[in-house]
Amino acid sequence: MSKTTIRTAALALAALTLGAGSAFAQDLTITSWGGAYQKSQDEAYFKPYTAKTKIKITQEEYNGEISKIRAMVESGKTTWDAIDVDAATAQQGCDEGILLQIDYSKFGGKDKFVKGSTFECAVPTIIYSTIYAYDADKIKDGPKTIGDLFDTKKWPGKRALQKTPFGNLEFALMADGVPVDKVYEVLKTKEGVDRAFKKLDTIKKDVVWWEAGAQPPQLLASGEVVMATAWNGRIFGANKTDKRNFKIVWDGQLQDWDLWAIPKGVKSLDATYAFLQFASSPEQQAEQTKYISYGPALAAATPHIAPDILKDLPTAPENAKTALANDPVFWGDNGEELRKRFNTWLAQ
Amino acid sequence: MSSTTAPALAAGTGPDGLSLKASLARAERRSRLVSLALVTPLLLFIVASFCIPLGFMLYRAIDNPEVAETLPATVAAMKGWTQGGVPEEPVFAALAADLIAAQKARTTGLVGKRVNYEIPGARSKFLKVGRELERAPAGGPWKPIFEKSDPQWTDPVFWSALKRIGQPMTAFYLLSAVDLRLDQTGALTRQVPDQAIFLDVLFRTLWISLLVTVSTLVLGYPIAHLLASLPPRHANLLMLLVLLPFTTSILVRTTAWVVLLQTNGVLNDVMVWLGLLDERIQLIYNRFGTVLAMTHIQLPFTVLPIYSVMKGISPAHMRAARSLGAGPVYAFTRVYMPQTLPGVGAGCLLTFILSLGYYITPALVGGPLDQMISYFVALYTNRELNWGQASALGAVLLAVTMVFYAIFNRLVGIDKVKLG
Repeated sequence: MSKTTIRTAALALAALTLGAGSAFAQDLTITSWGGAYQKSQDEAYFKPYTAKTKIKITQEEYNGEISKIRAMVESGKTTWDAIDVDAATAQQGCDEGILLQIDYSKFGGKDKFVKGSTFECAVPTIIYSTIYAYDADKIKDGPKTIGDLFDTKKWPGKRALQKTPFGNLEFALMADGVPVDKVYEVLKTKEGVDRAFKKLDTIKKDVVWWEAGAQPPQLLASGEVVMATAWNGRIFGANKTDKRNFKIVWDGQLQDWDLWAIPKGVKSLDATYAFLQFASSPEQQAEQTKYISYGPALAAATPHIAPDILKDLPTAPENAKTALANDPVFWGDNGEELRKRFNTWLAQ
Repeated sequence: MSSTTAPALAAGTGPDGLSLKASLARAERRSRLVSLALVTPLLLFIVASFCIPLGFMLYRAIDNPEVAETLPATVAAMKGWTQGGVPEEPVFAALAADLIAAQKARTTGLVGKRVNYEIPGARSKFLKVGRELERAPAGGPWKPIFEKSDPQWTDPVFWSALKRIGQPMTAFYLLSAVDLRLDQTGALTRQVPDQAIFLDVLFRTLWISLLVTVSTLVLGYPIAHLLASLPPRHANLLMLLVLLPFTTSILVRTTAWVVLLQTNGVLNDVMVWLGLLDERIQLIYNRFGTVLAMTHIQLPFTVLPIYSVMKGISPAHMRAARSLGAGPVYAFTRVYMPQTLPGVGAGCLLTFILSLGYYITPALVGGPLDQMISYFVALYTNRELNWGQASALGAVLLAVTMVFYAIFNRLVGIDKVKLG
């Protein structure tokens, strides 16, 4: 048990015995993904918010398991007030009624956020992307396009790819010549899916599959692979803290969002909204980019970001020229079937 | 014995005047009650923490509440409808009423997701028509709204499937766990090839467990023998080495193997430096790495039961066999080895059954061809949120474990097993 939890528990006990529970009703429990990402949220949101309002924030971590949210809501004991979720969870949690609908009027309307990133039951906070990277110490004149990821003749050696069809199918189609804006249109057809798998076939024997975000930088650093798909923040982090010289190839990057969601049965909706409003202000969102290289979901935050930070963000105009945005509705409809087909394909 | 009790005993009664038999029965009943009272907490614990959850899990594999509970009027209205065509307005009206209620309760997604398992793409069509129905004028007619929304709603195949999915119980998950499915007419068929994976995974799980069991036995049997025959001082030190892995977490040990085995890892470095290899070899992210790491973790589980049995075998048996003229190999195979079989049986059964449930080790050091059933149970529990499928896979794993236990019992006899 962490120090803050003990303190919160002690305070709660004191409040109960004094019959003054209301004084602590505003304390919040916020759950995110841990690691460098949650640390950046701590610096940009949690600490300043506590300093400003005296409201204590208890942090918890999870691994994105929507099952935990569902179990909590179904048992009627919602202990988390705000949860950092990915787009798939935001969509699924909304459809299944375990997340509350977001009142966007509290954030000045949907138009304040980057186009296409707002969800019915979750308000976007950052834009991250799945890219691929290589070690510039080992390759001098490195790969440039998404097609190079699949070109084993020009770039021999193993590649690390995430063990999920999400991303890989999109990359395969783009490398096969499908224009960015047609990728999901093609994927919606059986022939399109076949085409993506056929392209993946060409590098199947050269792939090391990763599952945890920490793996790709490690695989690159050890020389196990020559290229690795990864979340851009992890590559940035490895360069910054481990003094690596990894280069990101932004061509064909797959953008996705992390969002704040409020689970059903939340203790105090008003207090949660107050925090989310704070976390959705341009200044705080710009502040977060100092600690991790994810783009702000709030359009107005960009002018607050220094140019030398901006150049490493997936949303920087230079990097986003050929970016593809995740289509959560497509993945909601076809995710389970494609994941099963992907696993079957892996096992062949 | 006092003189007063002697005649009573002779008459077959105890000092309290009861018959000896009754008195014995009473004493036994009391001790039985005492032992029952001592066992009760554990029994309750096992029932509460194991049997009940297991029962729930098995029930989840056939439970099919989503459509039946969310669309009750539709299910009732479809009772009178015979399959083969598209239903008429009353069924659509019932579905519209159900879906409007579901929109309010935010359960449309649940229904959509359940139907989506069998008819991919149906999820968003439910959500779409749900939103359209909310906006539609009350009183209908409803059928045109559905027809306009998506061709799915005028597809007879879809309606036959929906009627089947409306049943409160389903064999869908269990069938799917063994790569079977019901086709559009309701007949049992094989799963389409690009979705048929679970039988492969099941056989793979059994095969990896067998490989691990055999390799722990081959490595562990001599160690156990050495442990049992060394003088205590040395044996204790060796025992510590066998037990040491128990004190380190599986995750740490597995990650350590990653460091050792990777292409630029310690093992490859040493072999290249010694000139044993010209080119670095792939030791990890494949079957070899998986079996190696699992063998390392499972070794104590095989060694300890064998060791405890070997400890109980008197050295005199071997000496007697040798003095009667048996050669060392003959004496070992005919006198010593048969006596160790109960330990070997226990160790192998333990390792085999524990291996069936492995998850984290194959995930970290195995390739895509080494993922075992537990990986898919976790995938369906955490990622897909399809608890029916996860339960069905769990049920299949449980059934397989029971079958192997039964075979083992028939071949070796579970009463012969000694764990220490």
